[in-house]
Amino acid sequence: MIHSLFLVNASGDIFLEKHWKSVVSRSVCDYFFEAQERATEPENVPPVIPTPHHYLISVLRHRIYFVAVIQSEVPPLFVIEFLHRVVDTFQDYFGVCTEAAIKDNVVVVYELLEEMLDNGFPLATESNILKELIKPPTILRTMVNTITGSTNVGEQLPTGQLSVVPWRRTGVKYTNNEAYFDVVEEIDAIIDKSGSTITAEIQGVIDACVKLTGMPDLTLSFMNPRLLDDVSFHPCVRFKRWEAERILSFIPPDGNFRLLSYHVSSQNLVAIPVYVKHNITFREGSSQGRFDLTLGPKQTMGKAVESVLVSSQLPRGVLNANLNPSQGTYTFDPVTKLLSWDVGKINPQKLPSLKGTMSLQAGASKPDENPTINIQFKIQQMAISGLKVNRLDMYGEKYKPFKGIKYMTKAGNLCQFRLH
Amino acid sequence: MDVGFSSLRSEAVGAVRTAMVSAENLQLTLKAELSQEEQALTHIRSNPKEAHKAGNEDLKEMLESSKESLKLEAMKRIVGLIAKGKNASELFPAVVKNVASKNIELKKLVYVYLVRYAEEQQDLALLSISTFQRALKDPNQFIRASALRVLSSIRVPIIVPIMMLAIKEAAADLSPYVRKTSAHAIQKLFSLDADQKEQLIEVIEKLLKDKSTLVAGSVVMAFEEVCPDRIDLIHKNYRKLCNLLVDVEEWGQVVIISMLTRYARTQFTSPWKEGAMFDENNEKAFYESDSEEKKGHTEEKPYIMDPDHRLLLRNTKPLLQSRNTAVVMSVAQLYWHLAPKHEVSIVTKSLVRLLRSHREVQYIVLQNIATMSIQRKGMFEPFMKSFYVRSTDATHIKTLKLEILTNLANEANISTILREFQTYVKSQDKAFAAATIQAIGRCATNISEVTDTCLNGLVLLLSNRDETVVAESVVVIKKLLQTQPTQHSEIIKHMAKLFDNITVPMARASILWLIGEYCERVPKIAPDVLRKMAKSFTAEEDIVKLQTVNLAAKLYLTNSKQTKLLTQYILNLGKYDQNYDIRDRTRFIRQLIVPSEKSGALNKYARRILLAPKPAPVLESSFKDRDRFQLGTLSHSLNSKATGYQELSDWPAVAPDQSVRNVEIIEASGSDSEEESSESEKTSSDSGKSSSGSEQSSSESELEQKKKKKTKKVPQKKSKPTAADRYSEIPAVCWSLRASFFFPVTTSSFGPVKTYELLHHMTGKGLAAKYHFPRQPCLYQPSMVAVQVILSNSSDHSLEEIHIGDRSPASLSIHCFNTIERLEPEASVTVSMGIDFSDSTQAANFQLCTKEDQFSVSIQPAVGELLMPSSMTEQDFCKEQGKLQGMNETSATITMETANASSQAISKQVLSVANVGVVSSSQNNFSRFAGRTVSSGALVLVSLELKESSTALLTINTEKTVMASMLLRDIKQALTQA
Repeated sequence: MIHSLFLVNASGDIFLEKHWKSVVSRSVCDYFFEAQERATEPENVPPVIPTPHHYLISVLRHRIYFVAVIQSEVPPLFVIEFLHRVVDTFQDYFGVCTEAAIKDNVVVVYELLEEMLDNGFPLATESNILKELIKPPTILRTMVNTITGSTNVGEQLPTGQLSVVPWRRTGVKYTNNEAYFDVVEEIDAIIDKSGSTITAEIQGVIDACVKLTGMPDLTLSFMNPRLLDDVSFHPCVRFKRWEAERILSFIPPDGNFRLLSYHVSSQNLVAIPVYVKHNITFREGSSQGRFDLTLGPKQTMGKAVESVLVSSQLPRGVLNANLNPSQGTYTFDPVTKLLSWDVGKINPQKLPSLKGTMSLQAGASKPDENPTINIQFKIQQMAISGLKVNRLDMYGEKYKPFKGIKYMTKAGNLCQFRLH
Repeated sequence: MDVGFSSLRSEAVGAVRTAMVSAENLQLTLKAELSQEEQALTHIRSNPKEAHKAGNEDLKEMLESSKESLKLEAMKRIVGLIAKGKNASELFPAVVKNVASKNIELKKLVYVYLVRYAEEQQDLALLSISTFQRALKDPNQFIRASALRVLSSIRVPIIVPIMMLAIKEAAADLSPYVRKTSAHAIQKLFSLDADQKEQLIEVIEKLLKDKSTLVAGSVVMAFEEVCPDRIDLIHKNYRKLCNLLVDVEEWGQVVIISMLTRYARTQFTSPWKEGAMFDENNEKAFYESDSEEKKGHTEEKPYIMDPDHRLLLRNTKPLLQSRNTAVVMSVAQLYWHLAPKHEVSIVTKSLVRLLRSHREVQYIVLQNIATMSIQRKGMFEPFMKSFYVRSTDATHIKTLKLEILTNLANEANISTILREFQTYVKSQDKAFAAATIQAIGRCATNISEVTDTCLNGLVLLLSNRDETVVAESVVVIKKLLQTQPTQHSEIIKHMAKLFDNITVPMARASILWLIGEYCERVPKIAPDVLRKMAKSFTAEEDIVKLQTVNLAAKLYLTNSKQTKLLTQYILNLGKYDQNYDIRDRTRFIRQLIVPSEKSGALNKYARRILLAPKPAPVLESSFKDRDRFQLGTLSHSLNSKATGYQELSDWPAVAPDQSVRNVEIIEASGSDSEEESSESEKTSSDSGKSSSGSEQSSSESELEQKKKKKTKKVPQKKSKPTAADRYSEIPAVCWSLRASFFFPVTTSSFGPVKTYELLHHMTGKGLAAKYHFPRQPCLYQPSMVAVQVILSNSSDHSLEEIHIGDRSPASLSIHCFNTIERLEPEASVTVSMGIDFSDSTQAANFQLCTKEDQFSVSIQPAVGELLMPSSMTEQDFCKEQGKLQGMNETSATITMETANASSQAISKQVLSVANVGVVSSSQNNFSRFAGRTVSSGALVLVSLELKESSTALLTINTEKTVMASMLLRDIKQALTQA
């Protein structure tokens, strides 16, 4: 299975290597660098690269390439999924998964990788088990460790690995018993220049933060479970119960985890909560272009649209942009031609707009297409699909937990307006 | 099994022996080197070149310090070095000493280091082996497991027998976690030494029977690695694996599913009825030969799915809901390859869901969908919009989405797709725009209704500002025109007009080819284009030059009046071109078309050769032939066979015997311990299982089995009340115990090894033998003394069948080494034996035989070798000494050589004579040593009290008075002489 792992940063340096079987020379990465050079964008490096003796499977996250070296047939998704799991674990441990964070915590990283794979086959990937084995570094613990010389490595051995509920550590104790659930929905949409929706879909996740003593058995039910078209569960959810009663029944892991991700059936029409009025023109022969963009809220049930961020890849011919935002700030990178406008909150009374001129390369013909606009936003306290949690019950433990549910809607990675 | 074990054990011990001796020797030599290096370093501290070494030197010092925190710090820095790929192998001896440290983190880091460098420093790595061997017997399952894990990761061929033994024992362990580890170790051992395959298969067979969900994934992985062709091992476990599947951890699920897919294809008949199979696909049937073959068969009796086949499909279906994309993909491919055609579409939704995952996941999933969508458009058509391209997608994702959209295109949806394609053509990513034009071309050829629309659209694109777009359009138009050239002379004229503005070579070449091919339709324009080309010929790219030559030749044949001179001019230019392809082509064309005396028969046919009607190119998917690979595999992804790819066999025409999968219900030992270990979580496990696990198993027998288990569970718990104690988690204590016990022992026994002659090569007719006492506990039998014999052949012919023959006294128990089949001249071999001397110095006589001769030899042990070290504290020592007074005490006053007066020197001398352990002493003038006799285990206590002027009182306390006096004599001798 996975033979070795190399971490490569944006500038093409290998800054960490780990081998699970015999050592593979880092020169194998040359094939990767070749592919990297050929790719115009960092994302364009193909995830699977064959070399004479090995296969390289890589993922790119946080501007770091995680390059796994494979020697024989293996489902590529197996490796890719695992690599993403590694990144998630790092993020979980260090807060961020950057080159600096990894370098600072190289020992913990190594200990984690050692536990996560045995002979290239995943061994412990559950965060609950890993945290029992290796404590995540915190400022306090680092200080204590340097003074007392104690370690990050757990003295306890992970009993979770043996149980039927391997995702939950045993002997959990809290003085305040709390269970929080965040229903987060993302809209992915493509809207054409006339403002009509080409495609739109909603997918959501329920992220949980459960801090409950003992072995609680929870059930979560929805008011309108029919909305959920396609679901995927954390392994803790009992599938049969869902099939029969549309109830989520589970013994939760301790701490943060993703309980459920779902897709809302496409029959339901999706209302995009933002609209864009645009007027971008380039005139033939002139080295000026006009740029005019206005945003407005739509069907938000009175909730404010926040953290709005507009970004657009302007045509290559644009040299510079001289724009005037009615609110927020904008930046234009003349090299990558990326315009981004941090709008903030949309005030329905005073719609935010960005107006001004673009200077074009003199003599060059006018760009023949308009750019696309990507929009990010957040709406608190609303799930756009209308999904509602009905109740949460706990069995198996006697205390009364504090329960909380939060809804949020935001734009997915792909909420874009085509202006051409 | 027992016989197997004992022989294994003997091999293992042999290996340990050799390992230990070589390790000892090495450490000795290394120590010498170290001191030299240290000396050298003190002299040249200031030399900057030595800076790196000095850096490692201080790491070495830190490692050798007594402070735990310093050691840990050093190890952390070393791990940092390893992570950066720097070489830290010279620290091996210093690091490996900490292998038995009490500190868990330190220990783990040492493991990391050990596994990384053991291969390079094989001999030194052996120093650590006994630590792991001991840990394998630890009462704590995690320590056993981790010991096995590290032991099996040390890639040193010499310990193969030890690993084998450890794996066999761990496979029978009560703890499922240890058994899981042993399944992992199987693969490691197999990659280290493939000769162990047969034995490993036995272990795999045993582990496959295991009922624990923990073990299932790992053992199937081992099966796939070691013996994927032994499908017969699966039969009996098939139903169990199907039923356990939902509860296995996600990574194991992937492996099991892919193995079961292969299994099912060999054991069940095809569920694909012919006719229904390819209703959506009017092209050549993929499994054509297959379905034809079956035709007669299915008509006779309707297809009934094997219940086991159904079981697999039913039990994998819930896994489509897994959060792990690899699991979802593997279920999808299972359905694709195994399910009846109408059931396959249930995987669609889940696959589309995966498209919202990370980019890399999308890439793989899209590749698989592309292959699937060629055969089954209907599966993905309702989800067409999910394949719309986003401007933020990476190029390879965009291309794949295009591919799928093109595959999905049909008469009904083509207008939507074309509209979507139009926006892609405007994309700023020009490579993508070009790919879109290709896709439009494909749609146009596949769906005749839209060919004209597409062609018109493409012609419009010819006036696009972007060159790549225009070029690609030209190329695609060229292909399209070939299919129906008659009506399109207008387009060719239009392209000829554009010709001057197009600079992309491929596009220019395409236009030239078009004009040449259809020159009779554009009789006025063609010669003019040739004229222009004659002017710019030298400046063109090779591909354009070739097409110019072609155009000239074709025109010469159709319109020689106008173009004769031009053609000759171009042919002359081509004759002196730098590129030999062009020169060759020119020469060929000239011979073909220009009539002369020499030109052969071909001249007549020139027109038919050059202007033959050419078949239109078929624009088809690049994923057309990917279906020869199993979906979801690396090979499929690369479209070439990856190493270790297992072909998916075709369905058998007649199903093999189904009854092979029937199992009698027997309780395997595995399931018992599983119950035990989960005891602590009984409440939760019961509730968890009942909803997720057992509901899956719908077959009657399964339920019964469960019931049986449950009833059995109760008495078992009573009979084993100590289960909890056995698994009590006190790792720190365990490790510390070992550290204090094991480490002083090994260090103390690193004395000089005295070698004795057993057989001189003169008497042995060329066979020479030497022996020494490696002073290690003998693993064959604890009452034996380990002896290592080095056999060498100094004759000029090879000696065969060296073995041990008769022995005297007859009661003497010797553990012989295995017969050495052949010993080449000048070769030598080290073997180990065990001899039970029964605590006497009486010689062991035996015969050393070769094929031809027998030689009587004898081993006379020194009394000190009949002991083994014993560790005890000073208090214990005094207490024991108090019990052995009177006639059990022998003492003498000795005058020591002054060089021997220090306590280290005393230890050294005593240890050279007797295999005893040093007892740490709080008094400076006392040196104490403790040991036990090997056979009877009687205590032997040696104490030495220093008096003034290098005299000392040597006392030996033991029940074995004869030994005491002999030992006294030996030690006295050692201490009094220099």
